[in-house]
Amino acid sequence: MHKDRNSPLLEVNDLQVEFKTRRGIARVLDGIDFSLGAGETLGIVGESGCGKSITALSIMGLVPQPPGRVAGGTIKLKGEDLLSVDERRMRAVRGNEVSMIFQEPMTSLNPVYTVGNQIAETVLEHEGLSRRDAMDRATEMLRAVKIPAPEQRVREYPHQLSGGMRQRVMIAMALACRPQVLIADEPTTALDVTVQAQVFDLLKELQEDTGTTIILITHDMGAIAEMADRVAVMYAGRIIEAGSAADILQDPRHPYTQGLISCVPHLVSDPPVQRPTLLEIPGVVPPLTELGKGCAFEPRCGSRMPRCVREKPASYETGPEHKTACWLADAEAST
Amino acid sequence: MASQSASVSEVRDGKTKVEVERPIVEFLRMYVRNMAAVVAFFVFMIIILAAVFLPMFVAVDPFEIVWLPITPPGQEGFLLGTDNLGRSMAVQILYGARTSLAVGGAAAAITLVIGLLIGSLAGYYRGWVDEVLMRVTEFFQVLPPLLLSMVLVALFSPTLETVVFAIGVVSWTGVARLARAEFMRIRELEYVKAARSIGSKDGRIIWRVILPNALPPLIVTAALTVGAAILFEAALSFLGLSDPNVMSWGKIMGDNRDYLLEAPWTVIFPGLAIFVTVLTINLIGDGLNDAFNPKLRER
Amino acid sequence: MQLLSVFAQRIGYAIVLLIAVIIFNFILLNLVPGDIAETIAGEAGGASPELMEQIRQSYGLDRPFHVQLFSYVARVMQGDLGTSYYFNVPVIELILSRVGPTLLLVTTALLIAIITGTLLGVVAAQNPNGLFSHLVTILALVGFSAPVFWTAFMLMVLFVSILDILPLTGMVNPTTPEGTLQWYLEVAHHLILPAFSLASIYIAQYSRLARASMMDILGSDYIRTARAKGLSQRKVIYKHGLRNAVIPVITIAGLQFSYIFSGAVVIETVFNWPGLGTLALDAILRADTPTIMGILFFSAVVVIVFNLLTDLACRIVDPRIRSARNA
Repeated sequence: MHKDRNSPLLEVNDLQVEFKTRRGIARVLDGIDFSLGAGETLGIVGESGCGKSITALSIMGLVPQPPGRVAGGTIKLKGEDLLSVDERRMRAVRGNEVSMIFQEPMTSLNPVYTVGNQIAETVLEHEGLSRRDAMDRATEMLRAVKIPAPEQRVREYPHQLSGGMRQRVMIAMALACRPQVLIADEPTTALDVTVQAQVFDLLKELQEDTGTTIILITHDMGAIAEMADRVAVMYAGRIIEAGSAADILQDPRHPYTQGLISCVPHLVSDPPVQRPTLLEIPGVVPPLTELGKGCAFEPRCGSRMPRCVREKPASYETGPEHKTACWLADAEAST
Repeated sequence: MASQSASVSEVRDGKTKVEVERPIVEFLRMYVRNMAAVVAFFVFMIIILAAVFLPMFVAVDPFEIVWLPITPPGQEGFLLGTDNLGRSMAVQILYGARTSLAVGGAAAAITLVIGLLIGSLAGYYRGWVDEVLMRVTEFFQVLPPLLLSMVLVALFSPTLETVVFAIGVVSWTGVARLARAEFMRIRELEYVKAARSIGSKDGRIIWRVILPNALPPLIVTAALTVGAAILFEAALSFLGLSDPNVMSWGKIMGDNRDYLLEAPWTVIFPGLAIFVTVLTINLIGDGLNDAFNPKLRER
Repeated sequence: MQLLSVFAQRIGYAIVLLIAVIIFNFILLNLVPGDIAETIAGEAGGASPELMEQIRQSYGLDRPFHVQLFSYVARVMQGDLGTSYYFNVPVIELILSRVGPTLLLVTTALLIAIITGTLLGVVAAQNPNGLFSHLVTILALVGFSAPVFWTAFMLMVLFVSILDILPLTGMVNPTTPEGTLQWYLEVAHHLILPAFSLASIYIAQYSRLARASMMDILGSDYIRTARAKGLSQRKVIYKHGLRNAVIPVITIAGLQFSYIFSGAVVIETVFNWPGLGTLALDAILRADTPTIMGILFFSAVVVIVFNLLTDLACRIVDPRIRSARNA
């Protein structure tokens, strides 16, 4: 893989997104920071509602507004801030330089057009090919994502394909213009377990061929272990821990990350350590309109301290390129 | 939001006493949030009261010629003018209101009874009962309703009873489809299965268990059905297919339609009466819909 | 091929429905109190005993009920709808001479309603709380509540009486030779008011329907996908949204066709449009029973044909129906 850490391809800095709700303003993203080099894979993990998908939509410039609003920060693609470009430029980026595949392959394709038409559409939009060439590209992409009989499938409608097939079509569509960044938002959640593995293998293979940077959004630590170079763990709109995948999986510092990892059987060590029970994290994510001034995870945290109620934890270096936003890390650092 | 909003009123003897707001109060609270529906309700009440009581204070027969033909509104003391025969428009419209409302209401009642009966049986029993009843419904959807009711009125006698019957008999298909869908949905719910498992009779399940739960959409439809029936009656009497001895809004328009350009008020006012009445009924229907489905409103 | 077999089935079912309509007509005739021959003869037969005898003969009224029924069904299926004793011509000829204008009126109104209604709804859905959206909602309520003949009269007052740009009634100047350009232009000119009057109710309904369905569609995953491809708002709405939004409109239009046909009866009367509706009313006023029953039967044929056509249109627009049913 071609990794170039010196000049990041995508750089997200202090991203703030708010949503207006009937209960008040919800700060859905609060100071998201990360950067990615070409060919890298970043895994973003967290429970539903933690802001993973909104992070992705922000990069695509697709945060629904209203009720949403990007309140601050920058998203730089090769140095160009996507938050300050006009809609025209942003459209040229979408599906071309940055593209995205979604969670629901069953509903993410338009039921009334053939899959070929829908793949070709992207190419037509960005590369100005003739309709015929665009359809050829569509067939080629279907072959690339390993759909059997692509010449025939290209003329079929989404409802004629299985869920796994549709997700392959989505991937083909997303990669049709050879984007530099591919955002995959829980691409396998709606699929069977066997199909999930196939989709991940496919993504990895395509990444090796094209050198695409991937942002993989998931709540599945197994997927992270398989795919990601680096990991960002999100909770209630913040990144609470970030680092290399190996680091995070083997040495999680934040109690929430530890909880997430212990929820998954046989992931941490190989050969597996005998665990008495599968753990789960008690409680639920608090409503984003009701965040106090302390740590958002505090109510559910097993190692909470008085300080956690009063102040939001700062981010600490807990290893090489490993950051943790937890007062425990502060305690460690000071001792 | 909450359809059963409960408030903890007091804690006594260690027991929590929960006071559940009565559904009717909650319902009214939701209804009055739709201003148009509230206004419509009062306008509709005024129309009904006027139709029932005002003719008692008018000494003129609606068919009586009172002045020169085609007197414009406001002249010679005729609020809405006179028609092409010299009959008072205001008096005709007042009497017409009785017919339109009564025939519309009665025809809507027949529509609802037939529709509910067919729809509930089809939805509850399914299988061949459903198959047969749905074929009957499709059959009635193939015949243009107005044309069929015209034929019925023409073949039998042009009396109000025939008109009511002719409207009811051709309009029930929509109600039947809705009732069928509701009954099909509700019969699969847990409490219906429970009622069946304890051996309740079909009749009891249909009328006492499912029907009350299917009521909200049916009540909304009932309101719309009344509006549609009034329009239907107006069309029939406009075409001259109603009792010639009874004044109705459609009949006034039909009687004067050749004088549209010389005396537009003779056509515009009765039409306006129909329009306003049906509009208020439809707005009430909207209000009921909002009150029954508070969540939909937030879209 | 699949489409063909589906259609063969549909046509078979349509024929069964038509036979049911004929039987229904026959039973209806028998339900009318009094002498059935007199009912059939109507005003025209009131006096002449020869005519009564002729009717008894041709309808076989002396034979048992089921034989009468069978021969009635057989005759109607062969296109013999009897003779109009008022106009003194075979009913089928009478109907065929009037069906053209009705089809022209109904089809034009239907297309106007589907196109205008869908577009209004789609535009309104893009800004559901905007001024335009509220206007569409109000228009829908008005169109839904106004009697269609009143709407027609109001349009007449506006466009004929006040603006004086459209003709009042009729379809064409009777002296204009048929088939000339002049003739077509005149028909088109006369068609505008009746077609829009008839369409008004359905513009109202369809705009409401299209608005609701478009609002759902705009929140759907495939619209998000289309945006993520970098398509312009226009392409997102009119390529990906519109085609999906029109599906429920066409479905409803098909289901409602018999109502649209009913509306045409009234509109034809208002505008003196020489179609089946005015013929039906004339026949009713003259108690011309064979013509009345013939029109009732024939209108069922028209409704069934249009149902088949809208079904076909739905299958073309929505590939899911094309293969899902009868797979």
